[in-house]
Amino acid sequence: MKLIMAVIKPFKLDDVRDALTSIGIDGLTATEVKGFGRQKGHTEIYRGAEYAISFLPKIKIEIAVKSDLAEQVVETIMNTAKTGQIGDGKIFVYDLNNVIRIRTGETDADAL
Amino acid sequence: MRKLELSKSIAAVSVALLAFAPGIANAAVEPETAFILNSFSFLINGALVMWMAAGFAMLEAGLVRKKNTATICLKNIALYSISGLTFYAIGYNLMYLDVTGFIGSFSPFWSADDTAALAGTFDEGSYAASSDWFFQMVFVATAASIVSGALAERIKLWPFLAFVFLMTAIIYPIQGSWVWGGGWLSEMGFSDYAGSTLVHSVGGWAALTGAIILGARKGKYSKDGRVSPIPGSNLPLATLGTFILWLGWFGFNGGSVLAMGTAEAVIEMANVFANTNMAAVGGVLSAMVLTQILYKKVDLTMALNGAIAGLVSITAEPADPTIGMAVLIGAVGGVLVVLAVPLLDKLKIDDVVGAISAHLVAGIWGTLAVVLTDADATLLVQATGIVSIGAFVIVTSTILWLALKYTVGIRVDEEDEVNGLDKAELGLEAYPEFGPSS
Repeated sequence: MKLIMAVIKPFKLDDVRDALTSIGIDGLTATEVKGFGRQKGHTEIYRGAEYAISFLPKIKIEIAVKSDLAEQVVETIMNTAKTGQIGDGKIFVYDLNNVIRIRTGETDADAL
Repeated sequence: MRKLELSKSIAAVSVALLAFAPGIANAAVEPETAFILNSFSFLINGALVMWMAAGFAMLEAGLVRKKNTATICLKNIALYSISGLTFYAIGYNLMYLDVTGFIGSFSPFWSADDTAALAGTFDEGSYAASSDWFFQMVFVATAASIVSGALAERIKLWPFLAFVFLMTAIIYPIQGSWVWGGGWLSEMGFSDYAGSTLVHSVGGWAALTGAIILGARKGKYSKDGRVSPIPGSNLPLATLGTFILWLGWFGFNGGSVLAMGTAEAVIEMANVFANTNMAAVGGVLSAMVLTQILYKKVDLTMALNGAIAGLVSITAEPADPTIGMAVLIGAVGGVLVVLAVPLLDKLKIDDVVGAISAHLVAGIWGTLAVVLTDADATLLVQATGIVSIGAFVIVTSTILWLALKYTVGIRVDEEDEVNGLDKAELGLEAYPEFGPSS
């Protein structure tokens, strides 16, 4: 099993979700996060004085899948979250050891 | 003379009356009808001015961080209430009763005297006593409101309210007696129609001395002299507050015609409404254009300050200018506020809402601008009024601030400032469901 974590532009979340559900993914977790990468930050101005916004808002999504699906999920996220502009985000793929569904106690592939 | 005192000095008063309403002898309405209309004007316009307290509260609530929002709201409703109490207890009589040059009467507790009207005698320009008291009272509250915004986010609640008490009880009424009470500045010919100097600059001077003595908010100015802006938490609220102030200003300036019993008075009031509106228009547009040129972006909060500055600028003489002139006077106010805000920041004087720039700087400009449209006003006399009232307020407010600072203290401790005054002073949060305050 793999855990795929991606940091994407916030306005792309709905597109990514739609694309993922269309390839059979039936669950993901999204978190509002802040960070910086190559995009760095930007400056804003308030009452005549500039100030730096050094952390930009992003959405982090996490999806647990069977290993054979991982490549397709990564491809789908890449295709839908891409704008071609700096700041599109990154995708991270981890090995996933255990999964347990709390309600039933099912484990691993049954719990996905 | 602003308040038309009916009683003793008939001769002096009639001169002032004639200045306001030269055609009053041909008044078309019955004296009792004029009395009713005059009183109605004070009441309805006074209610509009009262509503400015809501404007200040919303403007300030929008420009502070959310951790200080509940406290600034409380300060605004508290200062309005304290102003009313002090004006009843001492202020009104000190400002208007038996003014001899520099001061009125210290007799406590004003009470209405409508004996003449109840007996069926209606002197020219007369009105119900309490209608005038109410109209004058709401002006005091405005002066006090100006102070709260400048000193927000770091001043202790009760010492601030103690300052408001003494300012509205003593500082405001004494300088007010010099002009509107018929004192020495009025006799000299100083002209301040609705209070660019008497109300707005007075609040502005007290805010300035307070801001210097209190010091800047933690983190506003870095050691290398850079300004670290502390953006306001709710700009829609600040915008609403500015619109409310704009609305209230029609009462502030319009009611200062002090009469509505003749066509002439109503024409004057209509001109005042139009000019007041258009000065704010000029202030907004000039502030927008100037921030676009200076910073390549339009600054909303500066546009809001521009509206206030335009309104303050026209307040010293809203009746005489043409509409075009009113736009220009307001536009200069808008320019001044955009230049004054960064200047104060250079001096490390931290004014959270721009009150000193909008009320003091534009107030001085508006008072000087009277000479542009009022042939009787002279630059020298206008400057004398600005300087003498400024000096009086600087000295008295400095003494008060220092006295409070070295007895009870005026500044919250550093930890309380970091955590927010809402938790430290009130033990609550304004927006508990929006996550932890930052």
